[in-house]
Amino acid sequence: MADKVIYAMYDDDDVLKDGAKKLVSKGVKVAEVFSPFPIHGIDPIIGVKNTRLGIMAFLYGLTGLTLATIGMRYFMIVDWPMNIGGKPNFSYMENILSFIPITFEFTVLCAAHGMAVTYLLVNKTLPGMPAQNPDPRTTDDKFVMEFRMSENSSFSENELEEMLKETGMIEMDQKEVH
Amino acid sequence: MLTTVLAIVGALGVIIGIAMSWNGGHFGTRFMTNALTNSFFFFSIGLGALFFLTLQYATETGWYATVKRVIEAMMGFLPVGIVMMLVVLLTLTFTHGMHGHIYPWMDPAYFADEAGHHYDAIIAGKRPYLNEIFFWIRTIAYLATYYLFYRGFKMRSEQEDKIGGTDIHFTNYKKGALFLVFFSVFSSTSSWDWIMSIDVHWFSTLFGWYVFAGMWCTTMTVLVMLVLYLKKLGYLPKVNDSHIHDIGKWTFATSFLWSYLFFSQFMLIWYANIPEETTYYITRIEEYQLIYFGMFFINFAFPMLLLMSRDAKRHAGILTFVGLIIVAGHWMDVFIMISGGSMGANAHIGVLEIGMAVLFLGIFIRVVLTNLTKAPLTPVNHPFLDESIHHEI
Repeated sequence: MADKVIYAMYDDDDVLKDGAKKLVSKGVKVAEVFSPFPIHGIDPIIGVKNTRLGIMAFLYGLTGLTLATIGMRYFMIVDWPMNIGGKPNFSYMENILSFIPITFEFTVLCAAHGMAVTYLLVNKTLPGMPAQNPDPRTTDDKFVMEFRMSENSSFSENELEEMLKETGMIEMDQKEVH
Repeated sequence: MLTTVLAIVGALGVIIGIAMSWNGGHFGTRFMTNALTNSFFFFSIGLGALFFLTLQYATETGWYATVKRVIEAMMGFLPVGIVMMLVVLLTLTFTHGMHGHIYPWMDPAYFADEAGHHYDAIIAGKRPYLNEIFFWIRTIAYLATYYLFYRGFKMRSEQEDKIGGTDIHFTNYKKGALFLVFFSVFSSTSSWDWIMSIDVHWFSTLFGWYVFAGMWCTTMTVLVMLVLYLKKLGYLPKVNDSHIHDIGKWTFATSFLWSYLFFSQFMLIWYANIPEETTYYITRIEEYQLIYFGMFFINFAFPMLLLMSRDAKRHAGILTFVGLIIVAGHWMDVFIMISGGSMGANAHIGVLEIGMAVLFLGIFIRVVLTNLTKAPLTPVNHPFLDESIHHEI
């Protein structure tokens, strides 16, 4: 489906945020914002859904916890009971204190790596993937708002352009996408 | 009104408690154990507030500016807490550490006469550090340092409201960093002197941090409840959900810090299994099993499970519920720390214990709320005030 995308560039994140607020209040739908750093408070304005990364972190952590427990029980109790410092070597529960640090570490390890990989995958930013941002300057000191004409069918292109100019943007670009 | 009721109920509880336990034996020890527990617990909330404020100064934090006066009001309990600590410690000194039941190293029977019946070589060996004169030199040094810094920060905060500018901010920045240097040493050594020396044979290098983490956690919990209360009454219009969320995060994080230190101390001693180290836990597990592990469970599990999500940290009801429980939990922690050494198997929580805690709580709330009336609730000229008002996370 052919669609037209409009990019508006700003050189200040506060200007962009105020602009986004005004545009959204007029009924314009902002598709995406590209920024070199997280802009606090932009999510609710442009209607980004709450991230589910936290839920995934919990699941990865739970995986780590389970794996660590199963692993250590097998290595240290079942397969080859280890006698360390005279502690009972046939029971996991009675030795649970000495397994807690490793359980904790492995939980954190799995949660952190799982989150990092998930984040990169979802954003399509794994090493070597083609860049998504419309302009390399958004990785330096510029901010870009993206609009899709298909989502803003109640406005003509000129109307949108006029409104964008009022918000203090510094540059505009457009592109046909398929 | 509430504080008067609390104080009266508490005072009645103390009187009834005294009447009930007057002839029960161990009366003096029991009374002074409670006095030390409550003095230290509420003193440490004031000290925790001073520490937290200096931490914000030293890191040039911006978000906290709108709740700064609430922190300062809690910090304002410090002079009262210092007087309480002085009264309790003086009483203990003049009674030879309650005849050796609370501070055994103050009782000459344990160290003076080498041929004596009660002579204790370990206590005698610790005399160069644990003796009354050096103890008081240290105690005065801690309390004087805390008091002087408290007065300086309070004075400059009031000046800032009138003068403005950034000079005061940079003075606070330097003094804040300086205080943290003192505090990092004093928070450890003072808890050795005041609390760890009750179990005089026992030692743990982690103990100071453990006490400090408990103090910090209590402070943040009291702060979040106080801010919620004032906001509900409409006194803090500039405080938004993000500020509450941030203090909620502190409650959550410091609960974990405390649990981590509890576990670290416990696990290392359990693992090494050296008799002179395990005595501390053997008393607490044998005599206090339910409240000892119950206290650990509520101080760890409640904040972990209930405050994990973002929404919970912005929800006044959940924060207050968890807050009330973990403040009680940390009071229990201090109680077990002190009475485990002084009363051992004879300790129990009765009318006297609850009465005195309620009495101190009444005084604490009264002092803090009175302090809140002394200065504008939102600082006028704090350099980060604007940032704080627009705080959004």
